[in-house]
Amino acid sequence: MATAPLVGAPAAPAEAAEPLRLVGWRRPVLRASSIGLFLLAWHVATQWDLDLYVRFQNIPSPGDVLAEAIALFGSAGFYVHILASLERIWLGFAIATVLGVGLGLVIGWFAAAEDILFPPIELLRPIPAVAWVPISIMLWPTERSSIVFITTLGAFFPIVLNTIHGVEGIDRQLVRAATSLGAGRTAIFREVVLPGALPSIVTGLSVGMGVSWICLISAEMISGQFGVGYFTWVAYGIVKYSQIVVGMLTIGVLGMLSSLVIRLVGTRCMPWLPRRDKGGA
Amino acid sequence: MVNGAGTGRIEITDLGIVFGRDDRRVEAVRRFTLMTTPGEFVALLGPSGCGKTTVLNAVAGFVQPTVGRVMVDGEPVVEPGADRGMVFQQHSLFPWKTVLANVEFGLKMRGIGSIERTAQARRYLNLVGLAGFERAYPGELSGGMQQRVGIARVLVNRPRVMLMDEPFGALDAQTRLTMQELLLGVWREVRTTVLFVTHDIDEAIFLADRVAVMTARPGQIRDLMPVKLPRPRPAEVIATAEFMSLKARVLAQVREESGRAWIEPRP
Repeated sequence: MATAPLVGAPAAPAEAAEPLRLVGWRRPVLRASSIGLFLLAWHVATQWDLDLYVRFQNIPSPGDVLAEAIALFGSAGFYVHILASLERIWLGFAIATVLGVGLGLVIGWFAAAEDILFPPIELLRPIPAVAWVPISIMLWPTERSSIVFITTLGAFFPIVLNTIHGVEGIDRQLVRAATSLGAGRTAIFREVVLPGALPSIVTGLSVGMGVSWICLISAEMISGQFGVGYFTWVAYGIVKYSQIVVGMLTIGVLGMLSSLVIRLVGTRCMPWLPRRDKGGA
Repeated sequence: MVNGAGTGRIEITDLGIVFGRDDRRVEAVRRFTLMTTPGEFVALLGPSGCGKTTVLNAVAGFVQPTVGRVMVDGEPVVEPGADRGMVFQQHSLFPWKTVLANVEFGLKMRGIGSIERTAQARRYLNLVGLAGFERAYPGELSGGMQQRVGIARVLVNRPRVMLMDEPFGALDAQTRLTMQELLLGVWREVRTTVLFVTHDIDEAIFLADRVAVMTARPGQIRDLMPVKLPRPRPAEVIATAEFMSLKARVLAQVREESGRAWIEPRP
């Protein structure tokens, strides 16, 4: 973003360029200091066992957490939890993608399908996926399948809704253009509907990925035997407080990386869209 | 017959098109009759909302006649098809396809192999002066260049008729002039029948063999005027006395129809 000089006699171009150049190194430094300050505050609060209505006596310090993280990532046991969570996420997300995109395309394109399939979706959508946990345990034979179900459920609704939205937003003139170039029904679906809805589908996938992490961790905390959510909850139970924070941070990083993958795949699939990062200099 | 194959004879007979029903009923076109010879360039000119686009859509097969009939080369129009390609006013290229893939689209629909497809598409891109832009996406092109792709995308299918719905209406005056000259150059090469909808009198006279002036809605043909200006027509032709007198005649008629459109909005 271009920031104009704040104080300002009408500046010559050379003078105007000066504050802009400063911003170049000032911003990363500012941002790093901001994180540094946060860590310092955390350190001070835990070191002095502050009790300001919120109590820091039992909260691990940044140093404790770092030491714990090094120990955990040096042992095989922690990876079992990470792999369990990743497997559930990708499985649930993949099922949700197939179902959500498939149903969304059909519902969006065929008015009759909308009347038949959409009402139950609308009815179930307001129920948070976590509220499904008890029913899910009863429905599914294994703990793994019931957690995957919750994860799928979380991702499904944003994906299906965004896909419907994307299909319904397709410019009818493009459909006309395609028919006047000789396209039949299948070709229109493949060449116009699918790519036309793709930007919206990718938005749905991105939102769905975020929601499915929330659902996964909640489900693991309630009814898991493995997984980072389970690990974090158990750490609380067995009074290993620094492990809680390592668990939290791991969840954050994994969630962020998953979203990154979706975004990268999305941009790769849609080369016609203007790149955001090329925007303002 | 003007073109070699002798195809592209449009016969519109007593066409009437009504949208909606009861109190929301709109009669867009009434008793519209127009015949073109193969390879002819006909401009449909009229006040906005007079139903000229509806006539075009009927030839394209996007809308069905309420009464009357539309035939191309003796066959009634029942559905859209590549033999009657349409160039829209704007935003009709597939944004997710490159320029080349947009032009190849019709050939792909006919099941033509990719090598042959590319060769033909390139030929038509050359024709509209867009060699070198094959890999660009429509969003990266100017409005005028997008319309050139739109024209190439239709012509590559060797249509009997090219339908053009105010194709240069969204362009700035300078670009519009360039595009009109370009279109005449391209048309001289391909010699397909062109049905060209516009509300720009200069454009209609400059381009067409005949100008059909339409009445206010419900649209029918008020007058069909041959344009006897010699071809090829340089841009300077619009300053000739012949052009001016024709323009004065057309203008008087269009004025009257626009006036009627105001005075009698609907029966």
